[in-house]
Amino acid sequence: MSKIHVTTTINNEPVEFLCDGSQTILDVLRDTLGLTGSKEGCGSGDCGACTIMVDGRMICGCLMLGAEAEGKRVETIEGMAQGDHLHPLQQKFIELAALQCGICTPGFLVASKALLERNPKPSEHELRYWLAGNLCRCTGYDKIIQAVMEVAADLRK
Amino acid sequence: MGEHRYKWIGTRPNRPDGADKVTGRARFGADFNMPGQLVGKVLRSPHAHAIIKSIDVSKAAALPGVKAIVTSKDFPEQPNQIVSAGEMLVNLRDITRNVMAREKALYDGHAVAAVAATTEAIAKEALGLIKVDYQVLPHVIDVEAAMKDDAPILHDHIRTEGVEPKPTKPSNIAKRIAFAKGDIEAGFKKAELVVERTFHTAPVHQGYIEPHAVLASAAEDGQVQVWCTTQGQFTVRGFCSRLLNLETSHIRVTPSEIGGGFGGKTVVYLEPVAIRLSQKTGKPVKMVMSREEVFRASGPTSGGMVKVRLGATRDGRLVAADCTAALQAGAFPGSPVGQGCMCSFACYDVDHIRVIGYDVVSNRPKVAAYRAPGAPILAWGVESAMDILAQELGIDPIDLRLKNAAKKGTKTHYGPTFNTIGFEECLQAAKNSDHWKSPLKPGFARGIAAGFWFNIGGDSSAAAHVGEDGTVTIISGNPDIGGSRASLAMMAAEELGIDYTKVRPIVADTSSIGFNFLTGGSRVTFATGLAVVEAARDVVRELKKRAAKIWEVEPDAVVWENGEAKPASTNVGQQEPLSLAKLAAMAGKTGGPINGHGQLNAQGAGPGFGVHIVDLKVDRDTGIVVVDRFTAVQDVGTAVHPSYVEGQLQGGAVQGIGWAVNEEYIYSAKGKLENPGFLDYRMPVASDLPRIETILVEVANPMHPYGVRGVGEVPIVPPMAAIGNAVARATGVRMLDLPMSPPRLSAAMDAARPKMAAE
Repeated sequence: MSKIHVTTTINNEPVEFLCDGSQTILDVLRDTLGLTGSKEGCGSGDCGACTIMVDGRMICGCLMLGAEAEGKRVETIEGMAQGDHLHPLQQKFIELAALQCGICTPGFLVASKALLERNPKPSEHELRYWLAGNLCRCTGYDKIIQAVMEVAADLRK
Repeated sequence: MGEHRYKWIGTRPNRPDGADKVTGRARFGADFNMPGQLVGKVLRSPHAHAIIKSIDVSKAAALPGVKAIVTSKDFPEQPNQIVSAGEMLVNLRDITRNVMAREKALYDGHAVAAVAATTEAIAKEALGLIKVDYQVLPHVIDVEAAMKDDAPILHDHIRTEGVEPKPTKPSNIAKRIAFAKGDIEAGFKKAELVVERTFHTAPVHQGYIEPHAVLASAAEDGQVQVWCTTQGQFTVRGFCSRLLNLETSHIRVTPSEIGGGFGGKTVVYLEPVAIRLSQKTGKPVKMVMSREEVFRASGPTSGGMVKVRLGATRDGRLVAADCTAALQAGAFPGSPVGQGCMCSFACYDVDHIRVIGYDVVSNRPKVAAYRAPGAPILAWGVESAMDILAQELGIDPIDLRLKNAAKKGTKTHYGPTFNTIGFEECLQAAKNSDHWKSPLKPGFARGIAAGFWFNIGGDSSAAAHVGEDGTVTIISGNPDIGGSRASLAMMAAEELGIDYTKVRPIVADTSSIGFNFLTGGSRVTFATGLAVVEAARDVVRELKKRAAKIWEVEPDAVVWENGEAKPASTNVGQQEPLSLAKLAAMAGKTGGPINGHGQLNAQGAGPGFGVHIVDLKVDRDTGIVVVDRFTAVQDVGTAVHPSYVEGQLQGGAVQGIGWAVNEEYIYSAKGKLENPGFLDYRMPVASDLPRIETILVEVANPMHPYGVRGVGEVPIVPPMAAIGNAVARATGVRMLDLPMSPPRLSAAMDAARPKMAAE
């Protein structure tokens, strides 16, 4: 079976890769490109641990084929910090203990950043529904919600 | 709370592994790879109960890219021998059969063969080419059905333990256990009111987001390396050593970061299989479960039946408490019925108690520990019955519990007498809480329930290495499942008197630190914390020796204060204090490297108690429970890092909410699991929930230098009954079975309607 050649942009870097027609972008990121920050919790789009941005849209990496990344702009958790500066969400998650085991954290961070970019002043209700596609089994979500609400308030200052 | 006696304990510094975990840098189970690795996949039984007559692997083995296939023939037979693993005792004969089915497949999803191939696609294709000749047998899923005389028998060798005379016929009841205090019938004679109900719970999965994953590499000289996600690298080493007849020192297990466990990663599934495949191929083998495999073949905890009978006087004094519980063990014996029975009435000081438990096998995956194993199932019954009692007596449910609360000196029905505990303090804190004092919103009702867990200690080792610049590395051997690196580093900083940021904790592999029992039982901050304190004190002893050498005095003429060696008195002379950093810099001239060690079997884990309060309403049309406010109160001993302690309370409470209102294993008539995915196995999401408020009660554990008690498990014990009690008060319908899911609650409300209308 011949491979598909894909030219794309990942975290603002031009990237080329070869993939099988059946490989998801999550498989490509993790197995081909070594970007293991996006996690596979279910493979069916139910847990959000593989949340990434494609052309500014939030998607589950396990539900998109690698070949579909052709000509697109892909953003992952690995691109969130700028140099040695953590994104305010990353910093706040640490400060407020908004993670316990950390497996869901990359997905929550990518999803939270996407929300704040489109809605800088979410209500707690809106935030809870926006993040309803991301499962966390450790925290009960409380500290995640607090962290994102605080960052939203900080960013508006 | 209140006085601030410590520099670090009780503060909220950033966790040492924070940056790694928010950037995607942290490596979890599935993030390890080696050059030339093969992909391993497991073939699983589609039948709930079937004899495996033969397995023909010839076609699969001939597929290009397939490098090895293993079946039970590749694993040595094991003796019928009980060993300790996690919070449960396990039988090696059963474990090897759970890892790979032998005579029979005992549940849908039971592993029957495994393949290693060059790609995942080839491995999957090969699974389809393996021909298993099954003889399908009648199966049994539910616990009460499995206990019947005519039930299909899973294991011909099981004779119920703990009954006289010893049975001659095989049974699915592996064991009967009994606990007693006082004289139960005499107790009930004193009762002015008796409440008796039978409750059920459904099996629920731990639901960790990270599937099981392993990479194993066996070398030609017999040395084995394993990278895997586990709650205990030493447990993995121990299991693999026994299951594969390898020496422990020949297996080096490196734990990855762990993406949740909650008890479910205290046993082995893939690890022995990956090692065996690696041994057969001479190549590294990586195996990762799919979510469906996680549901079908790992975890869950038991479902069960709990019959509770409480006797009380009219003024609310419990005079007798009786309970019979039967818990599903899954395909092999070993449900947490023992712990559950011990926890049952542990909250209460009652003169006459009897608790009987049954460990029952059925055609479901073998259960694994899940947060306070067994306790939530019993608490669902006992705490619901307490609420019925409170309603029938017309007594406030907190007052009823206060009237009967266990305290220091209370002798439990399972043996020990409590030392200093904080149950009364928790009840008082709940009573004084803003939540309890606030009026209910219209249409909402309030419920409370209590919970207990022993907490455990056990074997731990730690080392403290002082660097030449005065920074310190703390090495221990428990996977950090929710912030334990931070709590261990804080205790080390407190002991050494240095800044928290100068202490760097690491989680070591099995060859780099002495034995550590697994991360479980809420033991790490307590027991491994004690080992770290010992290691730090060992360092301080050495530092004092070095200062004494420099000052040319006896070591006991030196004291260690605030991170500095000082003369014990002016008699020693006017010496400038020597900081840890200064002593570290001079180490080479004063005797060489400065390291400390701690190793112990920690005793005296302080029991934990909690009280949860919930406000909710029930949508009359859909049966959906809407939780509006939730408060978790708990005696946490000393909150070393309060944020992570709060997180344990919040996370446990939400798992309990899921257990209460949605989560369950659903089986078809053929015994196949019908909801092995997150869409159909519905765990709570952010939009289902309100804030989870926490109240940390601090009744110090006298058996720990900083008063630490385990905190992780208690918070999953009370939520189900707290919610059930609120549902009863909201709807007038007392739910006896979990989950109180929308269809069940709707049906119960519909059934009650004509009756209520007629009344």
